[in-house]
Amino acid sequence: MLDVGRHPNIDLLAYSEVQHIEGQAGNFKVTVRKKARYVDEDKCTGCGLCSEKCPTTVVDAFNEGLGMRRAVYAYFAQGIPSTRTIDPDHCRQLNGKKCGICQKVCQAGAIDYTQQDRLIELQVGAVIAAVGYDVFDPAQIAEYRYREIENVVTAIEFERLLSASGPTSGHVYRPSDLNAKAEIQVLEKQAAKSGRMLARFEKKYGRTSADFFMQYQAAPTDDADQEKWARVYQEDLARKERLAALNDAVKDAATAKRLAFIQCVGSRDFRFYPFCSGYCCMHSIKEAIIANEHEPQTVSTIFGMDIRAVGKGFEEYKIRGGNKSGITYVRGRVAEIIEGPGRNPVVVYEDTRTRSVKQEAFDLVILATACAPTRGIAELAATLNVALDDYGFIKTVPSAPVDTSMRGIFVCGCAGAPMDVPESVAQASSAAERAAEIIFQSDPVKEKAVA
Amino acid sequence: MPENHASDIRIGVFICHCGSNIAGYLDMEALADFAETRPHVVFVQRNLYTCSESGINEIKKGIQEQDLNRVVVASCTPRTHEPLFRSSCAEAGLNPYLFEMVNIRDQCSWVHMQEKTDATEKARELIGMGIAKAALLQPQEIILSEVQTRALVIGGGIAGLTASLSLARRGYEVVVVEKDQALGGMLNHLYKLGPQMQAAKELAAETVQKVNAHPKITVFTRAHVTQVKGFIGKFEVTVETQSGAKKIDIGIIIVATGAQPLVPEGLYGYDGKRTVTQFQLETMLAKGLDAAVRHVVMIQCVGSRNDERPFCAKICCQTAVKNAILIRRQYPETKVSILYRDMQMYGVENEAMFRDSKAAGVRYINYDPADPPQVKADKVGVYHPLLGRKMELAADLVVLSTPLLAREDAHETSQLLRVPVNENGFFLEGHVKLKPLDFATDGIFLCGSARFPANIREAVAQGLGAAARASIPLSKGSVEVEPIISVLADEDACRGCGLCVALCPYGALEVRQTEKGRKVHVINVACKGCGICAATCYQHALSINSFTDRQIEAQIDAFLTVHP
Repeated sequence: MLDVGRHPNIDLLAYSEVQHIEGQAGNFKVTVRKKARYVDEDKCTGCGLCSEKCPTTVVDAFNEGLGMRRAVYAYFAQGIPSTRTIDPDHCRQLNGKKCGICQKVCQAGAIDYTQQDRLIELQVGAVIAAVGYDVFDPAQIAEYRYREIENVVTAIEFERLLSASGPTSGHVYRPSDLNAKAEIQVLEKQAAKSGRMLARFEKKYGRTSADFFMQYQAAPTDDADQEKWARVYQEDLARKERLAALNDAVKDAATAKRLAFIQCVGSRDFRFYPFCSGYCCMHSIKEAIIANEHEPQTVSTIFGMDIRAVGKGFEEYKIRGGNKSGITYVRGRVAEIIEGPGRNPVVVYEDTRTRSVKQEAFDLVILATACAPTRGIAELAATLNVALDDYGFIKTVPSAPVDTSMRGIFVCGCAGAPMDVPESVAQASSAAERAAEIIFQSDPVKEKAVA
Repeated sequence: MPENHASDIRIGVFICHCGSNIAGYLDMEALADFAETRPHVVFVQRNLYTCSESGINEIKKGIQEQDLNRVVVASCTPRTHEPLFRSSCAEAGLNPYLFEMVNIRDQCSWVHMQEKTDATEKARELIGMGIAKAALLQPQEIILSEVQTRALVIGGGIAGLTASLSLARRGYEVVVVEKDQALGGMLNHLYKLGPQMQAAKELAAETVQKVNAHPKITVFTRAHVTQVKGFIGKFEVTVETQSGAKKIDIGIIIVATGAQPLVPEGLYGYDGKRTVTQFQLETMLAKGLDAAVRHVVMIQCVGSRNDERPFCAKICCQTAVKNAILIRRQYPETKVSILYRDMQMYGVENEAMFRDSKAAGVRYINYDPADPPQVKADKVGVYHPLLGRKMELAADLVVLSTPLLAREDAHETSQLLRVPVNENGFFLEGHVKLKPLDFATDGIFLCGSARFPANIREAVAQGLGAAARASIPLSKGSVEVEPIISVLADEDACRGCGLCVALCPYGALEVRQTEKGRKVHVINVACKGCGICAATCYQHALSINSFTDRQIEAQIDAFLTVHP
C-alpha cells in the first residue's frame, strides 16, 4: 500500500467509483466520481486529532461492527492515503447541527465542509478490474443461527478479535461477554444519572425513595413531580436488577478457548454458492493456529467435507496445526448450531468417519463464509461491458486467465474467482503484463478477446 | 563532494511535533535543548509537521542559510518519510545520504504514551545517537547499471512460452532454452485439459506456432544452460546447443523448468499395464481405451501426503476428475470409482467439474491413509466409511494419481543460478505471499510447475506475471541501486576466505584473483545491504555504507554518554 501511495507513476483515486467508460483498447475515456471526503487530502497530514476530538461515535465497519469509530475517521489505521474522511451520514455539522470541532482543531486547515463530489476524466490505454469480493452473509443459513447466537461469528469477525489492533487488542473475548460489558457501561451511566435524580427528590421531600414509593403505590397522586419520582425509581430498580444479572453473567468471563470452525458456509452449497471458495480451509487453520499462539490452552475443531489445504506448503501447515496447535479435523458437514448453557454454541454434526451424529459445545463458533461476488459487480460489468460467469464473477478462460470479454479490460484477484493471496499477487502481475502489452502497442499482431 | 573534516561538520536537527502525535507525549523543549548541546550541532528547529510543505521549506532554508552539511530529522518512521526528507536535502544541494532519521513517534510517543518522562528520555537517547552517526555520514551516489534488453527463458512449456510471447510482444528479445527436442513441455504428453476439455496438443501447437513465428524469439531445443555469470542486467549465459556452446548476454532470466510425475514403483502393484499412472492414462485415452476395460478404479494421493513426501501436489485430484469424466463420456459402459482422502477441487471451475463428474456417474469413496485400498488381481478392496464395511470394487484398470515432483535437475539449475529450492525441491520464491514470481536475487523470475504444480490457468497466469515482473528492469533499461551496500573497505585485511560469499543470500559477492591475491569483490547491483557479510567478516574488511563500524560505535558511545 505504502509503495503504491508513494510511487510517482501511480495516481491513487481512493474513495472513488468508475461511472462511465467509452472507447476501445489503447484509448479508453473513463469518468470517475471522486466522492467528497470533506477533508482536503493535500493539506491533511493524517495526524488524527480530528478523530480524537469528534463527539460522534459510529459503529466501526472495518472492525466488523465489533468496535466504534468517530464520524471523522480513517477506515483503518494504516490506510493509504493516510487522510481522514467525514462520514456525511453521521457528522453533526453536515447534518445541520452545531459542531465544527474538527475544523477548529485541525492545525493543517484541511477540513472543508463544502467539498463536493468531483467527476474526473481519465484517458487510459487499458483497464484492470480488481474489485475483490464480499463476505457471504451467513444469516441466510437459518440453521446456523448467526446473529441469533451471539457467540457465532464469521471468520472475518474472528480475524478482528485476533488482531492486536482490533477491538479486543487480540484477546479472544466472546461477543456475548463484550456485548454484556458494553450494556453494563451504558446502564451504569444511566444508573448514575437516575441516582442523582433520586437524590434530588429525596433531599427535596426529605424521605427515602423506597418509603415514598411504598406510599405512592398505595395512594397515587397526580402530582407531576411525584409521578416522575415514582417512574424514575421504578426504572432504577429494573435497571439494577438487569445490572446484577449482567454482572453475574460476566463475572467469570474468560477468553474463548474451545473453538469450532465450520467450513463451506455458503460455499459448496446449492442453496447459495455451489463453488468452493478455495481459501477458507487455510484461513480457518491459520486462525486456529494464531488463537493457539495467543493462548496455548486453546483447542480448535475444524469441521469440513474436505480440508482443502492445496498450495505450496499448505498441507504441511495443516498437519503442523494438528500436531502442535491443538487442531482436530472432523470430516462432516455441520447440520445445526444451537445455544447451550453458558451462552455456549452447540454444534450438531455427523462425523462421517465414525458414522455417528454428535453434539459438542464450544466457547465460540467461527463460520468460514463463502467468497461472494462483490456488491455492484453487475453494474460495474455493465459499465465496462464485460461478461460475468454463472455466479457473478468476471468471466475468463483458462488459457487467458486475466482477459475479459472486452479487449483492453483485464481482471485479477477475487473479482474473477475466489483465490488466495499468492495467486492474487501473481494474477495482478499477469494483468499488469496484459495491460502493458496494450499500452506499449509494440506488437503489430492484433489479438481478439477470448472470454 | 570532498570528505569533511570534523571541524567542518555542521549538523541541523529538526524535531517534529507531528501535531500532537509526538508533542502530546514528549517534552519537546527538553529535546530541542538537548540537541543543541550535542557536538557539531549548529541549528535546531521544532516543526509542527516537518513533512508539510512549510516543514520541508524549513529544512531547505536551514541547509542554505545555516550552511548545514548534515541533517537529522527526529519524527516518524523512515519507512514512510525518509524518501521525502532525503529528496528535500537533495533539492537544497545536500547529498541525500548525509541525512539521518530518528523515529521518536513509533518508538517513543506511541509505545510509551503513559510515561512522558521515560519516553522523553528514550527520545533524547535516540536523537543523541542519530546526531553522533550523522557526524560520520559520508556522501553516497546512487548506483546505476545498464540492463541488456534480452531475456532468457529456461523451459519451453506453457508457462515459459507464455512468458516468452509476452516479453516478445513488448518488443524484447527472448532466448528460449528447452532441453527436449520440441517445445510444449507437459502439454505434449496430455490428452485433454480441464475444465473445457480443450485438446492439449492444440493449445501446445497454437502456442508453439506463435513462438516460432515471432521474430523476437530465438529457440534452442535439445539445449542446456551450462553456465551463468554476472547479475541483473548483465548476465553472461552459456548455452550448450545442438550446434555447440553459445555465449549470450542476457538482462533477466525466467525459470520455467516445470515438474515431472512420480513413477510409483512398488506402490499398489504398479506395473504400467493394468495399474498405471494418470500420466500414462492420458496417453491411453488419446489412443483409445481398450474395449475390455469396464471398471476403472482411481486412487488418489499415491506417493504424496505421506511421511516421505508430506506435500499435496495440488492438481492430481482435478486430473483424476477430468479423466474420469472423459471416460464416462466416451465409454458410458465403463464405471469409474475414485478413492480419495480429500478431493482438492478448489475454486469455481474445479468444483464445477467435480459436480459434473458426479452427474456423469463417477463414484467417490473416501479412504483413510491408515487403512489404504488393497489392489488385488481384478479387484480393489477398500473400507467404505459411510457403509461401515469393507467392499471390493471390480477393477480392470487401476489408475494411480501420483504427484508432480520437482525435476531431477532442479537442484543443478538452482546451483547454476544461485537461487534456492525448498525442502521438496521446488524453486523457492522471494516471498511466499508478496513475491510469488520473483527470486530473492534480482533479475531472476519464476513461473509454472517449477515453483509448484500448476494447472493451465495457473501456469499461464504465472507466465504472464513473470513476464511483467521481468519487464520492469527491461523497460527501464537500467537498474538503480541504493548505495547503502557492502563495500570492501579494507582490501588489505581481506584474505579471500570466501566465508561471506557462501553466506550472501543474493549472490552479490565473489572472490577474485587480484594483484594482491584473492580478494572479495562486491557486485554492487546485486547487493541489498543486508549486512550479513560485514557481520561475518572476522577481518572487518567488509563494511556497509551508512552502517560502518565507526558509525555504529559512535551511536553506542553517544548512548553511553547520554546515559552514563
